[in-house]
Amino acid sequence: MASHGGKNNVLPGFTPSLGCTVLYLSIIVLIPLSSLFFKTATLTWDEFVAAVTAPRVVASYRVTFGSSLAAALVNAFFGVLVAWVLVRYRFPGKRLVDALVDLPFALPTAVAGITLASIYSPNGWLGRYLEPHGIKVAFTPLGIVVAMVFIGLPFVVRTVQPVLEELDRELEEAASCLGASRWQTFYRIIFPSMLPAILTGFALAFARAAGEYGSVIFIAGNMPKVSEITPLLIITKLEQYDYAGATAIASLMLVVSFLLLLSINLLQKWSRRFAE
Amino acid sequence: MQVSIHRTVKKNGTSGIAEPAWVRYLLLAVALSFLTLFLMLPLAAVFVQALDKGWEAYLEALKDPDTFSAIKLTLVAAACSVPVNLVFGVTAAWAIAKFAFPGKSLLITLIDLPFSVSPVVSGLIYVLIFGLQGWLGPWLQAHDVKIIFAVPGIILATIFVTFPFIARELIPLMESQGREEEEAALTLGASGLQTFFRVTLPNVRWGILYGVILCNARAMGEFGAVSVVSGHVRGSTNTIPLQVEILYNEYSYAAAFAVASLLAMLALVTLAVKSVAEWKIRQVSAAE
Repeated sequence: MASHGGKNNVLPGFTPSLGCTVLYLSIIVLIPLSSLFFKTATLTWDEFVAAVTAPRVVASYRVTFGSSLAAALVNAFFGVLVAWVLVRYRFPGKRLVDALVDLPFALPTAVAGITLASIYSPNGWLGRYLEPHGIKVAFTPLGIVVAMVFIGLPFVVRTVQPVLEELDRELEEAASCLGASRWQTFYRIIFPSMLPAILTGFALAFARAAGEYGSVIFIAGNMPKVSEITPLLIITKLEQYDYAGATAIASLMLVVSFLLLLSINLLQKWSRRFAE
Repeated sequence: MQVSIHRTVKKNGTSGIAEPAWVRYLLLAVALSFLTLFLMLPLAAVFVQALDKGWEAYLEALKDPDTFSAIKLTLVAAACSVPVNLVFGVTAAWAIAKFAFPGKSLLITLIDLPFSVSPVVSGLIYVLIFGLQGWLGPWLQAHDVKIIFAVPGIILATIFVTFPFIARELIPLMESQGREEEEAALTLGASGLQTFFRVTLPNVRWGILYGVILCNARAMGEFGAVSVVSGHVRGSTNTIPLQVEILYNEYSYAAAFAVASLLAMLALVTLAVKSVAEWKIRQVSAAE
């Protein structure tokens, strides 16, 4: 066992700690997750296809992934802006703002859900000013995007922020001395260095939004085919005792999250290579 | 040529690597407006709406027996899931950060898995195992053990969704600290356990606090996964977030926001402790 970590690793406890880790991981995560695939495997292929391509289900994919994409794009733009402001500028209350960026991580999703729904409802704080202009947010697909922007914001900020902090300012000085305008420096020097982190943050925000349930259902209105998200549809099927249908959709969602996780890992490897 | 370069540098001065003032103010204004709109306004709204009908109604809503039992169940779920995941997190971090072995990055990815699974799916998998139509359902029913739509199911789902928090905080931290201090302790005659408790644990104590506080926040606030396994039995299988949902759907908005304000306060405390822990971690690593 001493061979682990090179011939010189004298630290004890490798076998028991790794053994416990793998055992616990299997009991809590791997075996329960595999139940999803075993249950799905009891369906015939035709049943499976019918369950995951029913018109109401397909409409829910469009709502879920379309809104997640829109929200992740908004987050990518404003996340970079917030990270930039936090790293490069000084202003009063900066540390408070910095800590507050993590609010969506810390605030339970149900609380975020009812609060956003009430703010954007027709007589809410913002809804009453938007409604006269014909902008309906609560109980429409736009409301779903708003909720997803809220929960996804910290992902982009927190992945871009450390990269910006590490960025070598001498490169910018050099570009400026060589006659580049500030915009050219940003576009040609700073932005390319941030890009892997921006994409990682974008993917994280997208993945989180696609699986989100608590903060979305209160503001969504949950109209089938219009504003019904896929996680809600899974719950609806469960409540109707349609276990097979719920499981089929859930395993499709799980495969999507696997693929997203995989691409996020690849993006992170790429950005690490970029940093070196 | 010499002169012209000199002139360019002088003209730009220090602003060669900074934006013009109006751009800076514009960016700052847009960023802060966005954060006000999306973060501060909702936070303020929770407390304003909670106190909509005055302090008395607020306290009355919190004294409701169903709310009280929801608070109790939430505390139980957190008290069960946080210690379990703490032990796991420290164990996993020891194996992964202090040793090299094949399949390490796969193991780290698998530990992160619960983060990328939709909360609804996280609940569903336990229904598929322990539910009436699940693998163990018939056996459990024959022995009169209830897991789904009962407290054990809520605890299991909570453990699942909070599984990665402490491990993923400790792994990079312990990796960055290396093995030298533990090796020195062993060379000086300390036993393995002594080394662990006197050297390793004190070195990562702020990281542990950071992981525990985030784990706890998620454990107390989890909604989707717990909602699937709870069955929503009032006064017995409702956690605080589920109680918020019930009150909200019954149109008792002030009461819903009163209960929600408890969770919002928890979130604020979490952010404060997290900031302190982050600051301490940076201090410790700067001192090295």
